[in-house]
Amino acid sequence: MEKHLFLGDEAIAQAAIDAGLSGVYAYPGTPSTEITEYIQSSPIAKERGIHSRWSTNEKTAMESALGMSYAGKRSLCCMKHVGLNVAADCFMNAAMSGINGGMIIITADDPSMHSSQNEQDNRFFGNFAMIPMLEPSNQQEAYDMIYDGFDLSEKLGYPILLRITTRMAHSRSGVLRRPMREQNKMQTPEDGRQRFILLPALARKRFKVLLEAQKTFTEISEQSIYNQYFDAPNKDLGIITTGIAFNYLSENYPEGFEYPVLKITQYPLPKKQIEKLVDECKEILVLEEGFPVVEEQLKGFLGKGIVVHGRLDGTLQRDGELSPDAVGKVLGKPIHRYYATPEVVEQRPPALCQGCGHRDVYEALNEVLLEYNGTAKVFSDIGCYTLGALPPFRAIDTCIDMGASITMAKGAADAGLFPAVAVIGDSTFTHSGMTGLLDCVNEESNITIVISDNETTAMTGGQDSAGTGRLESICTGIGVDPAHIRVIIPLRKNYEEMKSLIREEIEYKGVSVIIPRRECIQTFARKRKASKK
Amino acid sequence: MKIDIILSGVGGQGILSIAAVIGEAALKDGLYMKQAEVHGMSQRGGDVQSNLRLSDKPIASDLIALGQADLIISLEPMESLRYLPYLKKEGWLVTNSEPFINIPNYPEMDKVMAELNKLPNKVVLDVEAIAKEVGSTRSANIVMLGAAAPFLKIDYPKIEEGIRRIFGRKGEEVVELNLKALQAGYAVAQSKNK
Ligand SMILES: Cc1ncc(C[n+]2csc(CCOP(=O)(O)OP(=O)(O)O)c2C)c(N)n1
Ligand code: SF4
Repeated sequence: MEKHLFLGDEAIAQAAIDAGLSGVYAYPGTPSTEITEYIQSSPIAKERGIHSRWSTNEKTAMESALGMSYAGKRSLCCMKHVGLNVAADCFMNAAMSGINGGMIIITADDPSMHSSQNEQDNRFFGNFAMIPMLEPSNQQEAYDMIYDGFDLSEKLGYPILLRITTRMAHSRSGVLRRPMREQNKMQTPEDGRQRFILLPALARKRFKVLLEAQKTFTEISEQSIYNQYFDAPNKDLGIITTGIAFNYLSENYPEGFEYPVLKITQYPLPKKQIEKLVDECKEILVLEEGFPVVEEQLKGFLGKGIVVHGRLDGTLQRDGELSPDAVGKVLGKPIHRYYATPEVVEQRPPALCQGCGHRDVYEALNEVLLEYNGTAKVFSDIGCYTLGALPPFRAIDTCIDMGASITMAKGAADAGLFPAVAVIGDSTFTHSGMTGLLDCVNEESNITIVISDNETTAMTGGQDSAGTGRLESICTGIGVDPAHIRVIIPLRKNYEEMKSLIREEIEYKGVSVIIPRRECIQTFARKRKASKK
Repeated sequence: MKIDIILSGVGGQGILSIAAVIGEAALKDGLYMKQAEVHGMSQRGGDVQSNLRLSDKPIASDLIALGQADLIISLEPMESLRYLPYLKKEGWLVTNSEPFINIPNYPEMDKVMAELNKLPNKVVLDVEAIAKEVGSTRSANIVMLGAAAPFLKIDYPKIEEGIRRIFGRKGEEVVELNLKALQAGYAVAQSKNK
């Protein structure tokens, strides 16, 4: 059979289609974006009517995926790691209700923060919700785990969390596909009201059921073909790997392992195999891509009993990705370095594209704010425009989480800060800025909000933005005075107009929204190219 | 057969299409391959790199260890130097000579060249100029692939086959232009390698 060269993300997408998926629900976020994009451009997905349109945020995505599962069909929900924070309310409670049609949630974590604001390890969320978790170590495993994962989800009656990291998501390798399966028919759950109405009396019962299910989850992990025990002669050390850490270990032992190895890619932890490893080996080394999740579980609070090495005791670096070298070093392998990076090599940070509208916004804004002798603060948000933090602009003071610009500006204005300016992108605004705007309107907060509208979700590659063409009506609907919703085209020729408009709205005591609107030049160019074809 | 390659450049220069052609060629050759790419934040004019590993045996790690790369292929001279710690002692560096200057503190070119000249095994060529000569300005990255071809341990016709598969959708004319670009780069590397 022919092998397909798939990114980890693409392997997941193709596997879901092949397993009879009916809908993917997602909000873009590196490194998860390509899963949904693959399904969006798949002819067979179109033929099968698989839902694949972007959701407004991760919470709406997960709730929709749960709804599709409730109706009996198989659904997939994808997000980057921080997206699960947004969807956590649904996530934790979907573990209480359980599912009907198979449901898999993908979390794409980003250790080393290649394009994220933190490196949280969402295996914590899996443990927190107490649902089964998968963590593939290669593209083929990712494919197989998704393909079989829907069956597993349906068999157990719970959603499955599948965790990948950047290297898994964005690494390509040959993958063998399996036969296409039929999609599920619509069928609502017979015991639906007992499970899906989480009133306290019913929820208490559901929680007991979830607690009871843990035994089964563990047994299934112990029997899983994905958790493998490799015996080896030297029992001075036993090594546990999770996810792709197995590859870095294997790279260091091309001729076979020296110490026994337990490769874990399915959770909850396979107790039997861990007991065997601990019984047979003097000390344990845990190699995991991310936080010391397994290491902490083995150590317990006091760390007494067995000797466990890993990220907690400094054997491995506490932060950042693993690498073949990081793993090799711990195992006493020599590292060869023949050439150093010469000193002439300078950093080359990413920057806003030349001709980008965000540039014009920041230039005008910077000039106006200079007039306030340094009292002005700019609360910004996440997107291409966050690059306004770098020179030559140095235009923003904060960037915390999606939507935080408006609400942080509000809190600071409540404290008396003036001028309190929020700069947010159009997609971020609909993702989680709208609710904060309602808070501002209700309290008539004295803030100026700039929605820098490039009519796309540019940072993640130019996906459709949920509010395109409707930002003014959304703001009006939320209650912003239409006289203080001001739209302008961010171009050099409009600088003076932009500046006076910004000045006026800062001086206005209340909520004002400025919408500089000009399409992202990358999205524009791509659309033009596509229309030529 | 086993070869570990680092591809580098600046976001938007097209290192991934080089990787895609090599990947197709390798897959046709029945080889195993792993290729780690960078997407996202680093693409707005920042430095980008990709680890490409080919072997006739299964490959474990997506990432290449320090001092293990057989080849660095770079579309930008300063970027080619960034990954030197990964190069084998006897490894080859094949790079474009023309700088991509989008930072205010880009080093003086003779300093960059001096560093390149210190290396025992390198091919430095102006891929844009060569692409222009063969009448295909948009195929500079394929000229680069041609220049790297002698070090790839994959038969040249297989690489041509890879080009046909990757560019086939865009029509015969595009395929021909890219094959010409490949040949031009290959010729330069051959002559410098003697
Ligand atoms: C909770 C969460 N979800 C997704 C992301 C990934 N992400 C970063 S910025 C962004 C959207 C940016 O779009 P927009 O606000 O329109 O700004 P633009 O990049 O277009 O300038 C996304 C999806 C994230 N950082 N956090
Ligand atoms: S991709 Fe679009 S929004 Fe982002 S910096 Fe470039 S032009 Fe601006």
